[in-house]
Amino acid sequence: MSAATDAWRLSALELAARVRSGEIGADEAVESGWDGPAARWEEDVHAVAHTDPAARAAGAAAARAGPDAGTGAGAPGALLGVPVLVKDNICTTDLPTTCGSRVLAGYRPPYDATIIARLRAAGAVVTGKGNMDEFAMGSSTEFSCYGPTRNPYDLERVPGGSSGGPAAAVAYGLCPLGLGSDTGGSVRQPAAFCGVFGLKPTYGRLSRYGLVAFGSSLDQIGIFARHAGDVAEAYAALAGPDPCDATTRPAPVPDVSGWEGGVRGRTFGWPANLWREGVEREIVEGLDEAAQALERAGARRVTFDFLPGEFAVATYYLVATAEASSNLARFDGVRYGPRHPASTDVRLLYTRTRSDGFGPEVQRRILLGTYALSAGYYDAYYLTAQRARTRIRREYEAAFARCDFMLLPASPTLPFRLGEKTEDPLAMYLSDIFTIGANLAGIPGLTVPVGLTAADPSPTGRPPLPRAVQLLGPDDSEPTLIAAGRVIEVRGDVAHLSRRHPTEFAWPTKR
Amino acid sequence: MSITRDEVRRIAELARLEIPEARIDRMAAELSAVLEFAEALKRLDLEGCEPTAFAPAESPLREDALDGRRLSTDTALAAAPEGEHGFFLVPPVVENLNP
Repeated sequence: MSAATDAWRLSALELAARVRSGEIGADEAVESGWDGPAARWEEDVHAVAHTDPAARAAGAAAARAGPDAGTGAGAPGALLGVPVLVKDNICTTDLPTTCGSRVLAGYRPPYDATIIARLRAAGAVVTGKGNMDEFAMGSSTEFSCYGPTRNPYDLERVPGGSSGGPAAAVAYGLCPLGLGSDTGGSVRQPAAFCGVFGLKPTYGRLSRYGLVAFGSSLDQIGIFARHAGDVAEAYAALAGPDPCDATTRPAPVPDVSGWEGGVRGRTFGWPANLWREGVEREIVEGLDEAAQALERAGARRVTFDFLPGEFAVATYYLVATAEASSNLARFDGVRYGPRHPASTDVRLLYTRTRSDGFGPEVQRRILLGTYALSAGYYDAYYLTAQRARTRIRREYEAAFARCDFMLLPASPTLPFRLGEKTEDPLAMYLSDIFTIGANLAGIPGLTVPVGLTAADPSPTGRPPLPRAVQLLGPDDSEPTLIAAGRVIEVRGDVAHLSRRHPTEFAWPTKR
Repeated sequence: MSITRDEVRRIAELARLEIPEARIDRMAAELSAVLEFAEALKRLDLEGCEPTAFAPAESPLREDALDGRRLSTDTALAAAPEGEHGFFLVPPVVENLNP
């Protein structure tokens, strides 16, 4: 194969190795997703909110000049020349950072997020900013001021959200790595819908300095990749304490270098009560296949009942909206973003700027959070939710006393159609029913793809769609989760996405 | 638990949002649906559960010292819609300063 023209298909590990050896130039590596066969996908999928060829070239030149090693835990140059699509809510000085919102139109932050500095230190290059639901509020990437991102496997379907742009880009081959943020599942659910790995690390493992805050007690930056090994390498490069983020964990970063070490002797929880109803058949079949792959690799299954996800969803939509109503108070037309032109006093300036600038879902959540925190309702809603949060954390602690990690769905459904849930907020919220608990408890979670559904060629049928499972573990269990993800990647007897790239399929539907 | 139209207006005022009259009924219904769903928490036994504000993590203290980074006034003001003489510019906050 021609090294440069097929570079877009490589894993991050493989691509970086070839750039280090000089076989592929850093600039060719970065441009491979923009020039190659993957390029025509962007027009239809619309994963990217902002990019700039000059910024990409400057990034590649800086990577070539030699990474400034030493800030991350990974090896210097571990991600040399690897392009990364970064969600539009992570601050970058060389590209706009707008959170998919009109309220931040054109905003260029005066500093890079710590995580961006670490990416660059490892030799990686920001290839653009990924589309997202406005302020990360949504599960379909339909609530973006730039219009929706579409699922690369079926353009009539959503890529999940809120980090749908980076998820879709990694799936179709723009880049082997993406960064998102996960407040209630916004990395793990789109990873499932796009058939890629999606890691939400333990709360506090990746610095959030420069991540625009949504729900501060829940937010965590997460990683998209097509391969378990790439998740491990990116985690090693990015995790670690940051003096600029007091919520980062000071304890040593867990060592994920043993990601190929398997799961022999491990136990995994099988909370089958959670999918007895309300979960699509293909998702349950994916769970069975993943469980069998783990068992064949020497892991033992432990069956138990777990607290139904409805309680976590209810808790989350009080806690997260309360925090959002407070965090989003700063967008008022004074310090950044556009300002409503016809405001004669400061109160009107705030109200008109915010009413014009925020889309309907963000306004809905700000109102809900304001209500949950307001006098007379605080005890009934916010305080109750905080107590429920304690209960949920204890449920996980009890489960992890019986197993090393749990296997469960990442989403109750396969990717749904555009417009299917935008008019029914509660239905949209319930698509996070399996992911939200991990944010409330602060624990890590990993979405692992398990191949595609069978095609249904009937006129009302659908093309093959990605299936996925989720692994949840106790604090700092990332090494276990990634190793288990690797076992499923290798041993699952399924048509696996990491072996069959989406571009090998014919276009399922064409608009 | 349902939210009334007046409550929607009141919280919109608190949140500095303007909800058009035509959308208030719809908003009240949508917020009420989520709050009704949240009633599920009443079925959860919370005996002995103290409130958790943050996901459990150590919160280290550090020296309150400068780390060498700083933003110049110009940089800090660069993204502001209006600024003057090194300040953010806003419309009058107090209506009439003259007695």
